[in-house]
Amino acid sequence: MTQKNTAIVTVLGKDRVGIIASISSVLAEMNINIKDISQTILDDIFTMVMLVDLNNVNIEHSGIVEKLDKTGEELGVKITIQHTDLFNAMHRI
Amino acid sequence: MITDFEVLETMKMFTEQHLDIRTITMGISLMDCADEDVNKACDKIYNKICKYAQNLVQVGEDISKKYRVPIINKRISVTPISIVAAASKTDDYTPFAVALDKAAKTCGVNFVGGFSALVQKGYTNSDIKLINSIPEALATTDFVCSSVNLASTRTGINMDAVRDMGNIIKKTAERTADRDAIGCAKLVVFANAPEDNPFMAGAFLGTGEPECVINVGISGPGVVKHALESVKGQDLGVVAETIKKAAFKITRVGELVAREASERLNVPFGIIDLSLAPTPEVGDSVARLLEEFGLEECGGWGTTACLAMLNDAVKKGGTMASSFVGGLSGAFIPVSEDEGMIAAAKSGGLRLEKLEAMTCVCSVGLDMIAIPGDTSAAVISGIIADEMALGTFNNKTTAVRLIPVPGKTVGDEVVFGGLLGSAPIMPVNNKSCAEFINRGGRIPAPIHSMRN
Repeated sequence: MTQKNTAIVTVLGKDRVGIIASISSVLAEMNINIKDISQTILDDIFTMVMLVDLNNVNIEHSGIVEKLDKTGEELGVKITIQHTDLFNAMHRI
Repeated sequence: MITDFEVLETMKMFTEQHLDIRTITMGISLMDCADEDVNKACDKIYNKICKYAQNLVQVGEDISKKYRVPIINKRISVTPISIVAAASKTDDYTPFAVALDKAAKTCGVNFVGGFSALVQKGYTNSDIKLINSIPEALATTDFVCSSVNLASTRTGINMDAVRDMGNIIKKTAERTADRDAIGCAKLVVFANAPEDNPFMAGAFLGTGEPECVINVGISGPGVVKHALESVKGQDLGVVAETIKKAAFKITRVGELVAREASERLNVPFGIIDLSLAPTPEVGDSVARLLEEFGLEECGGWGTTACLAMLNDAVKKGGTMASSFVGGLSGAFIPVSEDEGMIAAAKSGGLRLEKLEAMTCVCSVGLDMIAIPGDTSAAVISGIIADEMALGTFNNKTTAVRLIPVPGKTVGDEVVFGGLLGSAPIMPVNNKSCAEFINRGGRIPAPIHSMRN
C-alpha cells in the first residue's frame, strides 16, 4: 500500500533559538532527508511542518518516535511524525 | 502536496477532538473446534484463538505509532458458542467462556465476543444450554461478552426467548451484584444482529463469514461536533454537508488502518463500521454533538430529528470513503458511556421513552442504561419486546443492554469505570405486562419481510 515512504513532521510550541537546527540534526543522525519545510508563528505558537523521506532511515520506526519525543522535551515543543499516507487518505479523493 | 492547513487540521482532530479508531476486531471461526469432550473443545478454542490473534495487539500498536492514530481497543469475535459447543456432552457452557477469557488474556485484547446464540426463530438444545449458562459465564470471566439474537425481520420475534432473557438479565445482575451488576454491561440482546459487527458487547463472527477477518470500528463524535461549531446558525443543508465531509475523513482513517492491519496480519479485510461511538470523556459525546444542532439538552423535543439527520449524513459521507461498510454503522447512544447523555439523564430530561424513539433512527438501541434493581423480569422482557418490534418491523438492527442494579433505585448512581462509564439509575414505567410476556410463542414476521 505504501508507494512512497515519506512522513510529515509537525512541530508545535513556544519559539526559541535553535529549534530547526536541533531537529534537523536529529533527523540527519537517523539518515532522514528533509524534502520540504515550512515554518510560521501562528498566534504566538511556533508552527513547523516538514515533509521527510524515510527510505534510507537507519533505525526502527519506534526508535524515530522515541528520539523525536526526547528532542521535543528538551526543546519544550511537541514533535509528531506521521506517515504521509494518513494525510492522503483523509484529504485526497 | 498536503497543505499546512490540512496537516494542522489533522493534528487537532487527534489531539483536541478525540478522533480515534475505536476497535480493530479480529473475527475467528471456531467451527473446527467442536468436540464431544468439553475439555478438548476448550483446548482447541484456546489454541486456535492464540494462534490467530497472537500478533493482533502488537500490530495495532505499530500502526498506531506509524500514523499517530490512537487505536483504543483490540478485540476478538468468534463463532457463536452455541454452535461450537453443540457437539460437547455437557449442560454447562461456562468452561467455554473461561477458555475464551483465558485466550483474551494471553493475547492481551480488551474483549472477546461470541458467547452467543441466534434464536430468532427458535431454540436448539444447545441454545438453551448457552442461555442458561450466561449468568455464571459472565460472573466468572472478565473479558467475555455475550449476545443473543431474539428477532429478525425475516423470522419475526421469538417471544419465548424474550421472556427468558428478562430472567437471565436479572440473574446476571444478581450474580454480579457485588460489582454493580457489571455482568449485564457485557450482555446484549438483538433484533437483526449483524454478523460482522466489531463493537462489543454484540460482536460475534456469523456463519457466513470467512475463517478469519479484520473488521474496524471508527469513532469521532468530537470531530463532527467541532466541524458543526464552524457553521453555527446556518441552514440544515449546510449542516448535512459539513457532517458528510467530517465523516468522510474519519472513515478514511479507519479504512487506512483496516487495510494496513489486514496486510500486516495477512488476514482479509472485512468491513468498516461507520459508527459514531462516544466515550465518557468530555468532548467525545454524541449527546453534545446533537446539542450542537441547537438543542438545549439531548432528550428534548427535536432530538430524534437531529439524530436521524446526523446518522444519515454520517453514512453518506462514510460510504464514499470505503467500499466495504457493514456492522452496525450508525450513531451510538449508550447512556453510561456518553458524558452528555449522563448529564441529560441526571437532569431528568432524557428518559427511557425518548431513548426508545431515538433508537428508531440510529444504530443499536437502549444501551448501557441502569434501571432500578427491583424492576421485574417481565417488565425487562416488555422493554426488550418493544425494542425488538422496532427493529423487526422497521428492518433495522436494534438492541437492549439494560443493567438492573440490585439494591439501587432512582436517585442512585453506578460507576463501572473506563469506557463503560457511569450512569444514574433511570426510572422505569412499572405497569405490568406479565400476562402478555407469559403468552410466549412467536410474533409473526411483518408482511414486508416477504420480498421474493
